[in-house]
Amino acid sequence: MREGTVAVVGDKDSVLAFKAIGVDVFPVEGEIQARETVHTLARKYSVIFVTEKVAIQAETYIKRYKSRAYPVIVPIPSAEGNMHLGLKGINANVEKAIGADVLFGKED
Amino acid sequence: MAKLNVNPTRMELRRLKTRLKTATRGHKLLKDKSDEMIRRFMLYIRENKRLREEVEDELSASLKTFMLARAVSSDAVIEEAIALPSTKVQLEVSSQNIMSVDVPVFEITKGDGQELYPYSFAAVTAELDSSVASLSALLPKLLKLAEVEKTCNMLADEIERNRRRVNALEYVMIPQLEETIKYITMKLDENERGATTRLMKVKSMLQSEEN
Repeated sequence: MREGTVAVVGDKDSVLAFKAIGVDVFPVEGEIQARETVHTLARKYSVIFVTEKVAIQAETYIKRYKSRAYPVIVPIPSAEGNMHLGLKGINANVEKAIGADVLFGKED
Repeated sequence: MAKLNVNPTRMELRRLKTRLKTATRGHKLLKDKSDEMIRRFMLYIRENKRLREEVEDELSASLKTFMLARAVSSDAVIEEAIALPSTKVQLEVSSQNIMSVDVPVFEITKGDGQELYPYSFAAVTAELDSSVASLSALLPKLLKLAEVEKTCNMLADEIERNRRRVNALEYVMIPQLEETIKYITMKLDENERGATTRLMKVKSMLQSEEN
């Protein structure tokens, strides 16, 4: 069984805050490092929060774990601002499952 | 729709009829499964959207406070203050079965109830305290979001896969079987008619010979 540990990957400004609350943090810079970090962490951690920038950079690796239960890789906004990647992901899920944008079309 | 390439025999007909029955039953079951999955998915996706919005707002706010804290004190002070965190987030991970999809479930087992601030209050500013406190309060929600979002992801995948199965059955398998059954029935009927006429012909020939 995989250990129940949580990791945060992202730029240093965004992840440093998480260190204080007892989450393992991995500051990364640049696309290659982001990809490699996500790749190695995916085997060890059960929950990985990545900043949206990293999520875009390491997209190919993150996609690979999408259909499995663990690890759970979740994009979060960084200190730089919100790109609404998470909401886009929700939207994509709705479209995939229902075939039409029922959730956002109705409520917006 | 093309029929299957089979011999028009009674045995084959019987076999195909059983297959059609199974396919129709499977189709109905899968369709029901799809309906139920979509119902559950809608519940989860609504929660996902709500959580996502809340978490993003709150997280941005606490990261902003943290940035402010870093601006007020020097980098070295902040890094020293949080270099050795006093708590460690530990989860109990397991999985739950939702409509035959294994989705993750976790619970925080360690990390609560201990001293939250890993530094002495003398060294750092109040901004750091508040950002750490808000982030720590946000953590359960973040994990809940992770759980729900993964569930949605996996359910969406499964719904799509299931829809393919339903469509394959509805538009390929079942019409094909029906067509083939019809073909075999007609062929067999034709053979029977042929046999009957032959018998009638033979009988009339025999009768004319007798006379």
